[in-house]
Amino acid sequence: MVKVIVLRAAGTNCDRETADAFIRQGAEAELVHINQLKNKKKKLSSYHILAIPGGFTYGDDIASGRILANELKFNLKDYILKFINEGKLMIGICNGFQVLVKSGLLPDKDTFTQTTTLNLNDSCKFEDRWIYLKANPDSSCVWTKNIKDIMELPIAHAEGKFIADKEIIKSLKDNNQIVFKYVDAQGEAGSYPDNPNGSMDDIAGICDETGRIFGLMPHPERFLTLNHNPRAQRLKDTKPLDGNIIFKNAINYVKDNLL
Amino acid sequence: MFWRIEVENKSGVFDAQGDAAKKSIKDLRVEGIKNVRVREVYILYGSLKETEVKEIVDNVLVDKVIQQYQIFNEENITSGVIPQAIKAVEVAYNPGVMDPWEASIIKAVKDLGIEKLDDVKTAKLYLIETNLDLKIIKSLTRKVLYNKLIQHIRCNREIYSKEPYLKKDLPKYKFKLIEVDLLEVDDEKLTQISKEGQLYLSLEEMQAIQRYFRNLGRKPTDCELEIIAQTWSEHCFHKAFKGLIEYEGKEIDGLLKSTIMRATELLNKDWCVSVFEDNAGIIDFDEENAVCFKVETHNHPSALEPYGGASTGVGGVIRDILGTGLGARPIANTDVFCFGPPDYPHEEVPKGSMHPKRIIKGVVSGVRDYGNRMGIPTVNGAVLFDKSYIGNPLVYCGNVGIMPKDKCFKKVDNGDLIVVVGGKTGRDGIHGATFSSGELTHESEDVSSSAVQIGNPITEKKMADVIIKARDKNLYKSVNDCGAGGFSSAATEMGEKLGLRVELDKVPLKYKGLSYDEIWISESQERMVLAVEKSKIDTLLELFASEDVEATVIGEFTDTKKVEIYYEGRQVCDLDLQFLYKGMPRFKQKAVWRKPDTSEPILKEKDDYTNTLHQLLGTYDISSKEWIIRQYDHEVQAQTVLKPLGGKNKDTPNDAACIKPLYNSKKGLLLSCGINPYYGLLDPYWMAINVIDEALRQIVASGGNLERVALLDNFCWGAPTDEEQMGGLTRASIGCFDASMGYQTPFISGKDSLNNEYNDHGKTRAIPGTLLISAMAVIDDVTKTISSDFKKAGNLIYVVGETKDELGASAYYRLKGLMGANLPVGKIESNKLLMDTLSKATSKGLAESIHDCSEGGLVIAIAEMAFGGGLGADIDLKKVPNKIDDLKDYKLLFSESMSRFVVEVAVDKKEAFEKTLEGVCFAKVGITKNAKELMISGIGGKGVIKEDIAKLKESWQKPLRW
Repeated sequence: MVKVIVLRAAGTNCDRETADAFIRQGAEAELVHINQLKNKKKKLSSYHILAIPGGFTYGDDIASGRILANELKFNLKDYILKFINEGKLMIGICNGFQVLVKSGLLPDKDTFTQTTTLNLNDSCKFEDRWIYLKANPDSSCVWTKNIKDIMELPIAHAEGKFIADKEIIKSLKDNNQIVFKYVDAQGEAGSYPDNPNGSMDDIAGICDETGRIFGLMPHPERFLTLNHNPRAQRLKDTKPLDGNIIFKNAINYVKDNLL
Repeated sequence: MFWRIEVENKSGVFDAQGDAAKKSIKDLRVEGIKNVRVREVYILYGSLKETEVKEIVDNVLVDKVIQQYQIFNEENITSGVIPQAIKAVEVAYNPGVMDPWEASIIKAVKDLGIEKLDDVKTAKLYLIETNLDLKIIKSLTRKVLYNKLIQHIRCNREIYSKEPYLKKDLPKYKFKLIEVDLLEVDDEKLTQISKEGQLYLSLEEMQAIQRYFRNLGRKPTDCELEIIAQTWSEHCFHKAFKGLIEYEGKEIDGLLKSTIMRATELLNKDWCVSVFEDNAGIIDFDEENAVCFKVETHNHPSALEPYGGASTGVGGVIRDILGTGLGARPIANTDVFCFGPPDYPHEEVPKGSMHPKRIIKGVVSGVRDYGNRMGIPTVNGAVLFDKSYIGNPLVYCGNVGIMPKDKCFKKVDNGDLIVVVGGKTGRDGIHGATFSSGELTHESEDVSSSAVQIGNPITEKKMADVIIKARDKNLYKSVNDCGAGGFSSAATEMGEKLGLRVELDKVPLKYKGLSYDEIWISESQERMVLAVEKSKIDTLLELFASEDVEATVIGEFTDTKKVEIYYEGRQVCDLDLQFLYKGMPRFKQKAVWRKPDTSEPILKEKDDYTNTLHQLLGTYDISSKEWIIRQYDHEVQAQTVLKPLGGKNKDTPNDAACIKPLYNSKKGLLLSCGINPYYGLLDPYWMAINVIDEALRQIVASGGNLERVALLDNFCWGAPTDEEQMGGLTRASIGCFDASMGYQTPFISGKDSLNNEYNDHGKTRAIPGTLLISAMAVIDDVTKTISSDFKKAGNLIYVVGETKDELGASAYYRLKGLMGANLPVGKIESNKLLMDTLSKATSKGLAESIHDCSEGGLVIAIAEMAFGGGLGADIDLKKVPNKIDDLKDYKLLFSESMSRFVVEVAVDKKEAFEKTLEGVCFAKVGITKNAKELMISGIGGKGVIKEDIAKLKESWQKPLRW
């Protein structure tokens, strides 16, 4: 059985639906509070996939994701490195992506040093809207394998503007670590609101060099059935590409490589 | 010792906060602001070493990818430099005001292993590049960047002073029992005591208190008087709705009981689980679960501090749901606002009131930040704009929850422990309950500033998570939220039939220096009270501690029928519950309603109404609310299946919102609302029926039916001591009764907020009596919900329901500055038959899209459907079913008659649709088309509207595209 830990902390709020996304694909998903890892009542090593869901951990006070990122970095670093080195998978969605970036787990897991950031949207406000994503076919990201079509997903954040130095962006490009880019409905690069936050190079999601650690601002767990789509009544009798494939890919990977 | 750290974006990184601040100042139509940059400021107190401060800066306070910083300490602070041509304004919270960042920074620093941080203060430094005088800049910042009730500023050199900001602790409190000498005083003095103590009690009530304590032969303590004032406040006791009303020669013994509650009693639906008893009304959802719904108002706090007022309003209603039965899990928020017009001239805003645009921005941000952080989707609402709300905006916040059926009831026994959980208690929000029961004056902002507060949603989120866990482990027997009145109302209500003893010195405080009285009545947010069996207390406290949530035993429920309160071993309150809950004089009031002296205008027919349609779409009331809706997370929890924004471009509105609360079931909830204060100006009775019809037709338009619909009433009115205000309230309540009976939809809960009055240039003005009806419908299959956008060219367009000559108080008349007289009226029974019949058609899947006709009438509904679907339409007004003697195009286009729908039907379903609708009034009026234009031909056969749908959409989107 593929076992998923959905990490909770004060202010996590997409935990139940993230667990549901994995459960739909046949995994076992458990909601675990970070204190339970810190006081060793639960062990990270018992799971195959670590999911850090969306929310506002610690209110996103000071900067989004930073306080939880520090907790991972200062309290759980060894466990996390061991988890990754065992070939296991991690995903950070929205606030989880912010945590992965601020802890330095993305884009380069080994350093635990932050080199990129997710900053306040250019619109200076929280926005919930559906956007279009194009996956990089050359990326080694295990989570986005076989995604060929444009994927429509919602974003819901105030701090999603991806920023990094030019050299870092170049190395992300060169290593095919840019997994998802915001595009318009036709799959072409667009301006606001197609790129909803002003992210450099329209970056919506990145992975580490192994492709096993994946972070993205959009919410794949919010598009699992047709009815989740705001145009559901217009799309009747069609099967648009939804978020399930991301969770399915991860579970298949675990089954093929870790079980 | 203190350290000061300033953090700002590196040059070349866009400063979104500075940009937004610049835009806000520009909104005041001020020239001469070249640029604004923002720095975050942190003051750290404690004996920290420089290396420790560096560590904190590097790991907690600064994002080195994009930010740079400066560090000052006590020695070098005066070396701080204000750059050339810059006016510097620093905004910080007043001492005692909640700053959520402080607790987070303290936690984050502890995580680094640094223990010596005693306290933190945050501020925002605005560096404004301008040649304008500092005096002008100060006045501008007061208008848009801070609120003196909760914040203060330092400017230029003051910022780099050796005097740091005050720490949080207040001067040490030394116990002294305060008694109020009212036994032998005259009426004048009684009134004075009520006023000076901010008790807001009437003379008659003060006399009752005087008699009670005379009999006891002792003076009341300040704490006892506060409890009485809070319990008897209009806000908590709803005197007007429980009083004796004389109306049209008859006596009404309790308005609520004889109208709204009576309808529920008579309808006697077996799916109603708990109505008008608990913090929210509860109905059955499925075999295992029940759902509950509550809507509250937070008007006065939002007038004074829009952000804090609205956010604590959301926080409060969420706690109502957590405090219903044994606690429900919140699954949806609703929000309805009434504001002044955003383009209202600044100079005409009454003294002491804020400009509407600032109130709007503050309220929306408040709802956004609290609701989003709680992880609850905000899915339904309405926003109205009228100058009568300038000094007294209305902010309605609703919440829906779900709970297992065996958790719907609570119980408290003698010996159960009183446990406070969640936030700590501070001096914030003192006198909120009594304050909201009075009129707002321009002194309100000084007298009542402690009634204004800022919430901390993460404290509430943590608490909510653990409460639901504790509920599922059966660790407590009862739960109540600390809302208005704080412990005074929360704990006392729970022990109402038993008695309770509380030791106030056990209450966890945010800072030292609170008196016993302040602890008892403080309305600090994010606190709830549990009743816990002694045998379970250890397990419960452990569970709360495991997720870092405060939980503290502060007393015990007893069987003394008294509220007994102690502080450091001394008794400060010894009050009979019987007197507290039954001792108040009955509210008696005459209610008079006078039909306004208005008549129907005679208008000339025009050849073309395209321009009028543009104007109507561009009114603030009708225009797109996308700017607001997008700021709310309306999809968190992944249960929203009919969204507030839909259509081809995902930016046009649906009628009701649909929530699917369980991942493994197709069952759903439709949520909708109806509100129209303009109708109330003509007749509150028909206003009530119209807004109930509106809420219900949104449910039907979204594919629901009336079989299991629960209603909530929220009355916002002026002072009930005014016979005309009471008259309007009475008529509206009777309207609610008639509609509830007619549609067979029971009320399950409600709330009234009276005394919505404000002082406008020396005159007391009441808001128009405003009734919000919220509706919740249980439906079996969410995949059958219907959106309002046209789906396909060539489909048939029907109008269902009869259009009458009913333009009184309509959007069209108001656009022309007219009121008219003919309000929409009609037979509720036939409305119900029509809705039931249409529901049959939708359950068979015969409708492609439906939109109800509300403000602006038929043409607005059709226009929204057209640009929602990106399709044009040809409409023939001649075919619109009507009962209008003096037939005119404008009447068909803009009348607001009840129970009307525009329905799109596929050609192959025409027959089945028409057959299903036999017996009700309907007609085919047009067809959808690929050409992107709306063509409407009038009764004379000529085109009266011809326009590109993109242009119509632009008119509709423009006003609130901020």
